Amino acid sequence: MSAALFPPVGPRSWRERVFGAAAFRFESLLVLAALIAVMAFLSPVFLSVSNSLNIVLSTSVIGVLAIGMTFVICSAGIDLSVGSIVGFSGVVGALATANFDLPWPACILACLAAGALAGWVNGFLVTKGGIPPFIATLGMLGVARGVALVLSNGVSIYGLPPEVVYLGQGRPFGVPTPVIVLLVTAVVAHVLLIHTRFGVYAQVIGDNETAARAMGVRVERHKTLLYTLSGLLSGLAGLLFAARINSGEPTAGLNYELTAITATIIGGTNLFGGRGSIVGTIIGALIMGVLQNGLNLLAVQPFYQQIAIGAVLILAVWLDRINSVEGWRR
Amino acid sequence: MSLLELRDVRKSFGAIEALRGATFSVEAGAVVGLVGDNGAGKSTLMKTITGVYRPDGGEILFDGASLVGRDPGEIRKAGIEMIYQDLALARMRDVASNIFLGRELTRNLFGVKLIDAKRMRIEAEAMIAKLGARVKSVTQLTGQLSGGQQQSVAIARALTFNPKLVIMDEPTAALAVREVEHVLELIRTLSGQGIAVILISHRLTDVFAVCGRIVVLRQGAVIADDPTAQTTMNAVVAHIVGATDVPHQGASR
Repeated sequence: MSAALFPPVGPRSWRERVFGAAAFRFESLLVLAALIAVMAFLSPVFLSVSNSLNIVLSTSVIGVLAIGMTFVICSAGIDLSVGSIVGFSGVVGALATANFDLPWPACILACLAAGALAGWVNGFLVTKGGIPPFIATLGMLGVARGVALVLSNGVSIYGLPPEVVYLGQGRPFGVPTPVIVLLVTAVVAHVLLIHTRFGVYAQVIGDNETAARAMGVRVERHKTLLYTLSGLLSGLAGLLFAARINSGEPTAGLNYELTAITATIIGGTNLFGGRGSIVGTIIGALIMGVLQNGLNLLAVQPFYQQIAIGAVLILAVWLDRINSVEGWRR
Repeated sequence: MSLLELRDVRKSFGAIEALRGATFSVEAGAVVGLVGDNGAGKSTLMKTITGVYRPDGGEILFDGASLVGRDPGEIRKAGIEMIYQDLALARMRDVASNIFLGRELTRNLFGVKLIDAKRMRIEAEAMIAKLGARVKSVTQLTGQLSGGQQQSVAIARALTFNPKLVIMDEPTAALAVREVEHVLELIRTLSGQGIAVILISHRLTDVFAVCGRIVVLRQGAVIADDPTAQTTMNAVVAHIVGATDVPHQGASR
């Protein structure tokens, strides 16, 4: 056995120490820094406090979605329904208080429950129905959006309780509430993904599903939980969205699945499963936020933004392919 | 009472009858060779024992308790470990996590069970050292290891939790001569410690070298089941290829 073939692993890098074994893709941080530098150069207001808050605020909804997406993707699945669930859960939450006059906690619970239910159905279809995740969640993309439109008659439902609106518009200590929600969610999700069986099994399922099953992981149950978690977080994102605009909007979150998947992939989560990083996902979400905000400031038509996001997704996966052909990088 | 008892185990995949009533038993500390042609049902039978497949009929008793309907995790807990032919490793995870896969060590933090990576690393190192395996570091990704090293990881995983029965599916197929000797020696050691082994192998010399009994599977049923001392390589080969095709159990020839 030549020592050169298997060099001894030195002390763990600071990245591994701080972020655990599933270190994020370092390049994504460079991309973010470069993007910020370019935008700051092109637009004088980009770095202003109010615009910076704008960016993190708009990142929060995508960020929460991308966190759920990270769990699903690193188990070698995909969830295309997250954007539709944002609209669906927001409508359900708004209906709970606006139409049924329930107290404000019911609005929050309704949003989360609606999201979790849709996610559970995804999980059920994937595990019990044997339907590929791509198709099951694509179906849910249509169904959840349709139900949102039916329940709301296609119009916005106004009048959320002030406690809920505070979740979207409040600024405790000057920080927008959605940003705080995103940070708390991210910290919990990071611990969950790296330091608990729940997260590790998600990655093992994506790595080698047969092995996971043989070693006693209840793969079906676990996958159902993963999709339910993604749905729950989509419900949370739907709540934040509705609270921010003070209404249940049936078309809320349109195309957000594209942005959430892109954020997850540029963050370094392996599209083909096995490895995921919440830190990377947050960086990815910030990249998407900066990109959209910067293009807005530069008065680029929204149509071009779609092109930009799609191109970034394809580019990220392409680079990932090149890297995995090269072999194991870390 | 036998440690493991299979009675008339049946399993079909669609129209294909993979197991047509397999019956045999394994005593504690015994080394039993399971041989048969490709497609004879060896792997299917073993995966039925470990809970990966659920049998359509028949009974599987381990330590007197039925294993039918229990999931792989429960069956591992009962004391059956299997070293799969494809090794069943998570190649993007390090050696320590693979050794503890499905049985992670945890510590409590405010009521939340967190994985104790440090303790897993230390214990995995001890296990690797005990086996004399040449793995540089348990923090290496398993996918970066050579075939033989990956094999060591799979073996270490099977032996870490004091099993009563270890099933090995072609453990020597991908190994160099010296490593094969190592595995055979390990089987003898296990048997000496009272751990039963079922060895699935195409290499009849290995089977004859370590097994006390040889069971031949043919077309999903046991066609011969003899003490090694009372059979010959030729007889076993004849059973494998079907030259003696009259289904029977117990003494052969």
